[in-house]
Amino acid sequence: MNTNSNTYTVIYSTVLVVVVAAVLAFAAMALKPMQDENIKKETITQVLTAAAQSDSEVNISEDTDVMAMYVDKINDAFYVDGNGNRKGQMNMGKEDVNAIQVATTSDLKKQNDIIKKIEAGQADLLQSLELPVYILDINGKEITVIPCYGAGLWGPIWGYLAVEKDGKTLAGAVFDHKSETPGLGAKITEDFFEGQFPGKVFGDGEEKFAVVKGGAKGAANGVDAISGATITSQSLGKTINTWATYYEPYLTKAAAKVSEETEAVAESTEDEANEIVEE
Amino acid sequence: MKDFDFKETFLNPIFKGNPISVLVLGICSSLAVTVQLKGACVMALSVTIVTALSSLVASLLRNTIPNRIRIIVQLVVVALMVILVDQVLKAYVYSVSKTLSVYIGLIITNCIVMGRIEAFALGNKPFASLMDGLGNGIGYGLILVIVAFFRELLGSGTLFGFRVIPESFYELGYMNNGLMILPPMALILLGCIIWIQRSVQKELQEK
Repeated sequence: MNTNSNTYTVIYSTVLVVVVAAVLAFAAMALKPMQDENIKKETITQVLTAAAQSDSEVNISEDTDVMAMYVDKINDAFYVDGNGNRKGQMNMGKEDVNAIQVATTSDLKKQNDIIKKIEAGQADLLQSLELPVYILDINGKEITVIPCYGAGLWGPIWGYLAVEKDGKTLAGAVFDHKSETPGLGAKITEDFFEGQFPGKVFGDGEEKFAVVKGGAKGAANGVDAISGATITSQSLGKTINTWATYYEPYLTKAAAKVSEETEAVAESTEDEANEIVEE
Repeated sequence: MKDFDFKETFLNPIFKGNPISVLVLGICSSLAVTVQLKGACVMALSVTIVTALSSLVASLLRNTIPNRIRIIVQLVVVALMVILVDQVLKAYVYSVSKTLSVYIGLIITNCIVMGRIEAFALGNKPFASLMDGLGNGIGYGLILVIVAFFRELLGSGTLFGFRVIPESFYELGYMNNGLMILPPMALILLGCIIWIQRSVQKELQEK
């Protein structure tokens, strides 16, 4: 057979590509459940790590059974819409560890697409947002973990911000990326960068948060950018800012509820104190 | 039927014809993934599997491949193997696959893989090609592991993530060599390996 004829070459390459595609499709399908499981576990690890930064006694290492720890620490996990109303519940795995539901990066991407449409003027989509909220109990301290997701330089970047009861103060942050430049943009996942976040406070005005080039100079709602990674830093700042804006209605409501409760407690203790005096 | 010299095909690429230290191929990935032994071992294993299997497949197909699209066919075969390895790593050792990130995908561009197919597999029987691929993969992996051993030991004081240099040494003033973590040191170590190999195997020295 003449292996150099045009017909042979065309048929050969077609068959080769179809066979290769079939093998790859089969492999991808067969391995998908395990890969999804890994991604879920990673999301849980990041949520926990962000929350755990509020307490130096809680450590998460490679050997930690994150699933068990998550089930132990999680108080509530649900979705809210852009107006701060609760929409749906996530399975917290209290009965069955394998049933834990989290919003993975592909879910965050969908929300980010809706956010983009809202920014473009379709304000009625606010109600269709489904933003995940995780409330964890870290040694008696209530920590709310909210994600953020956006475009970096080469690919998506995302992160988890741990917010304290007041709905403004950050207790910790964890970031991750798909394909930022190693040694430059990829540094957003390193401790020296993430370590800047605890203690920072979301701003009240338009600018909730910023990653500032040339130093945040002690500003409460900003951190220093990474030199050599201008675009990644700026995108991250924008991403946090955008997502914080859409979480604000929920965070404000939750914080108001908390302060009402504490006031109520304070009043009741005051009443009791008065009663004691009266007696 | 013994129409090839097993020793020559399999062992030659590991020592005398080592793809990194003698042919100086695949330098890029050997700089990038040798900060820690764990990553280097997984990378060595992945490259060995990819070179062995793609050499085997290419050799099986060698009489049917149209000469004009030879390189494209090789590339498709290599890409298939690399994607399979990547998918398997993502499913079973997710954390390692994250550390290696783009470098697994870049095995496709590793000169060793295509080089061995073009130079050996297309002209030899499948079993001989499999052995050649295995030998080259192991030869590549060997250098990777040696470099990673020194980089992790001197750079972080650990091996496979376990502390090897006792904490008390640090108390006495011992310090990790930060330079070891950076890619240039891998190049210098590679240079040292080539130097040692050439002074031992005199026949490698050019006149």
